[in-house]
Amino acid sequence: MARAAVLGRLSWRVATVAAVRDEAAGARTIVLDVPGWPGHAAGQHVDLRLTAADGYSTQRSYSIASAPDGERIELTVVSISGGEVSPYLTEVAEAGDQMEVRGPVGGWFVWQPDAPDPVFLLGGGSGLVPLMAMIRSRAAAGSRAEFRLLYSVRDPSLVLYRYELRERAAESSGLSVTCAFTRSAPPGSARPAGQIDAGLIAAAGWPPARRPAIFACGPTGFVEAAANLLVDLGHDPGRIKTERFGPSGGTL
Amino acid sequence: MSESPGAGPAGGSTFGGSTLDGSTLDGNVLAGALGEIFAADITSALGQCASCLRTGPLAETRVYSGAVARCPACAAVVLRIVRAPDRAWLDLRGLRCIQFAIPADQ
Repeated sequence: MARAAVLGRLSWRVATVAAVRDEAAGARTIVLDVPGWPGHAAGQHVDLRLTAADGYSTQRSYSIASAPDGERIELTVVSISGGEVSPYLTEVAEAGDQMEVRGPVGGWFVWQPDAPDPVFLLGGGSGLVPLMAMIRSRAAAGSRAEFRLLYSVRDPSLVLYRYELRERAAESSGLSVTCAFTRSAPPGSARPAGQIDAGLIAAAGWPPARRPAIFACGPTGFVEAAANLLVDLGHDPGRIKTERFGPSGGTL
Repeated sequence: MSESPGAGPAGGSTFGGSTLDGSTLDGNVLAGALGEIFAADITSALGQCASCLRTGPLAETRVYSGAVARCPACAAVVLRIVRAPDRAWLDLRGLRCIQFAIPADQ
């Protein structure tokens, strides 16, 4: 169990969009400068509040994608068709815009760079985002913990951080990346498109005897399937942390 | 499937965010709302379900409508939270006990 960190009273801060960056079809990274940002741990999220000119306000939770970097944070938002907030963030928001953020919040789905254990990350669709914060934090902190990532995504056009993941894995830096496509795989793929299964998890991850720390994040269906397969393979349920978000049947 | 505008008692604002019709989230999403109330992170605290006595982190509860958390084992409501502009109501009747790790003084 994580230490119960004393947080002080949580309050909203005004953030300014420093830049936006397209990541994949319908996915954009919003870079925010947040004066007074207290820093965060990989896997934490923020609540983001948008207020319209007429005073109507609404809020959403988004995982932080970036490693700790002063008062700057990055959120990667995947647009949800018909959504209220995500189309605004992925299509309209631009540098200079202001919005409110509250955080960082969440102490459960968190990886700390001083943890030496091997790590197995399983991301479904936009569930990759908090896992990317862990991968980036690992590199930034010079951690030697060995990481393996299994990333399940609908088709190649939706792959987030494509080049960065390739580069980080190619540096033979103790990170391996396995991509699994659920609807359509690129030509020449060794594995046909399909949902994750026990064979894939066994090949992409660690043997249970290594007692990896496991983080699974994505739509509910993906997370439930991943957790059940991991336990069936012999992984300790107490080593599996999960976070469910996003629409089922969305980008997964 | 679309994001729910979350028309609730809180002046139309959605709680916890990413609230999606027909899709359950988990207790991780309550960290902000509960962080307004508690000094310690309650999502990583261990809660015991008053109904089935399962003990686990509140992050593992299933969250509906952004504000109702249910036990992942028996689906009983363990926590409800309602927010108005100037106050919050927290209903913990479904929790028998909450266990916080408090680091010993060095």
